[in-house]
Amino acid sequence: MTTFFILVGYLLLLVGLGLLSSRFFKGTSADFFVVSRSVGSFLLLMSIFGTTMTGFALVGSTGKAFSSGIGVYGLMASWSGLIHSAVFFAVGIKLWAVGKRYGYVTQCEYFRDRFESPKLGYLLFPILVLLVIPYLLVGVIAAGKFIQPTTAGLFPEAFPMPTLPNGNPHPLNGGVPPAIGSGVICLIVLFYVFFGGLRGAVWANTFQTIVFMVTGLIAFIMISKNLGGLKEASEAVANSEFAQNRLAREGLIGKLEFLSYCFVPLSVGMFPHLFQHWLTAKSAKNFKLTVVAHPLFIMVVWVPCILIGIWAAAYLGPLGPGQTPNSVLGRMVGQLVHSPVLSGLVGAGVLAAIMSSLDSQFMCLGTMFTNDIVMKKFGAGRFTDTQKIWIARGFIMAVVAITYGLSIYLKDSAHVFDLGVWCFSGFAALFPLVFAAVYWKGVTKAGAYTSIIATVVVWCILFYNDIIAEKPEGMEDELLIGGMMPVTIMIAVSAVTLVGVSLFTKKPSQETIQKFFA
Amino acid sequence: KKSAVVVILFFVLAALHQDTWNWNNKDLWLGFMPAGLGYHLIFSVVAALFWFLVSKFAWPHKTEEWAEQE
Repeated sequence: MTTFFILVGYLLLLVGLGLLSSRFFKGTSADFFVVSRSVGSFLLLMSIFGTTMTGFALVGSTGKAFSSGIGVYGLMASWSGLIHSAVFFAVGIKLWAVGKRYGYVTQCEYFRDRFESPKLGYLLFPILVLLVIPYLLVGVIAAGKFIQPTTAGLFPEAFPMPTLPNGNPHPLNGGVPPAIGSGVICLIVLFYVFFGGLRGAVWANTFQTIVFMVTGLIAFIMISKNLGGLKEASEAVANSEFAQNRLAREGLIGKLEFLSYCFVPLSVGMFPHLFQHWLTAKSAKNFKLTVVAHPLFIMVVWVPCILIGIWAAAYLGPLGPGQTPNSVLGRMVGQLVHSPVLSGLVGAGVLAAIMSSLDSQFMCLGTMFTNDIVMKKFGAGRFTDTQKIWIARGFIMAVVAITYGLSIYLKDSAHVFDLGVWCFSGFAALFPLVFAAVYWKGVTKAGAYTSIIATVVVWCILFYNDIIAEKPEGMEDELLIGGMMPVTIMIAVSAVTLVGVSLFTKKPSQETIQKFFA
Repeated sequence: KKSAVVVILFFVLAALHQDTWNWNNKDLWLGFMPAGLGYHLIFSVVAALFWFLVSKFAWPHKTEEWAEQE
């Protein structure tokens, strides 16, 4: 029960934080959507880092290292450390500046003006929403699926599971079912976003980031201690026939796959929820800490998880039937650290990593529906500030309800967790659009339309081949094209069409050039 | 000029990172840290140092001034 009470305590702290943040709410739409553009360096760093890191940072990274070894850090973490900071520096600050100068709250508002096309928002809006929804689903389903085994055995009468054919009790017997676990998580996130707006999310993200960074380190220390110490744990990997190849990248990750993974982190340039966080900064100087500390924060979270992953390969050996790499962190904690307190803390850490992304995504979708659809359709002048806030709250509630419903419907779908990399790839493929909008005076409306449509077509074709189409025998799980990630093809098509069409079509007016580049 | 230096150094760092694909030393540094992970750990620190220097010497102060104008 201790584990359960720690999880409940963590969730109650979030509710308290939500109540506290709502006390600071100024009642204006600018405060609800972008915290009155008043966020300082530390909160900006914590909210952006917390939003960027999902549950994958703890659970997925450990599982991926278990399967593919230490090369996973280079593949996913150190590439991200370099590229994320570059995007924050080169694109984030520029977008913060145009947002502050012209009062933008969403990406579509900016792109409509930059490309002199009100209709561009209607093309881009559904694409951004459809890319965020699966990303949300992964988080909501992961939360529900994580809570059930963590609470297994606690409520056998309330949540009984049928006995296994061999007579043993079901391992999930008495655990809180995913429908309830996911529902509670959704309601708590909804609570602090509903009342506190983006300030609620920023404060919660700061708390959650501290929680998942600290609990990851505690798990690392406790696991290494119970394996006999750092040296003994790593030497066991070197001496294990099954695990020793995990000590290097060789034979586990291809050269072009390693290279093409550098395109995936470009997705942060087009995440609508990160765009909204950028706009909260008080000044451009507040980005300095985020740009510098981001690679180090990634290191603090990922290095312990990568080491736990390779140690698990030696300690646990090959996966048994029905076991997945994502269960590795939970199994290591369960088998090595017989402490309900630590299990509770690690559980809170995983939920913190998941929820710190969910809140910003719920918030950004509510903001987009309000500003890109309702205000655009009926005119912002028709509504008071209070009405705008209530419209946004209504949309946020609807998005949470739809996401929760979909998560219940899709909770046992085998492919939901494969959608994550496709969402990231889709956003990354739109990166040339935002980069050109910020830096190239000559990029045209026709170029933007062609690039977006070409990207969508290529994304759909590649997605179909990877997720929907029947795969030939012996084909790898992850779709690689010429050894490269599909995102490479998408970005190439996006960039070539954007540049090619822009060179031969009507340039933007001098007025627009003056507005954004003077 | 500063922008050009930042861009060139950024791509040098990216090329260095890609080159780590070829480094397949299986030694354990300090007895526990796989060398391959150690290389990338050092790379993360170097990346942070690079961005620290950028923030000191090549920060876009004009962007801030531009944002404040009506």
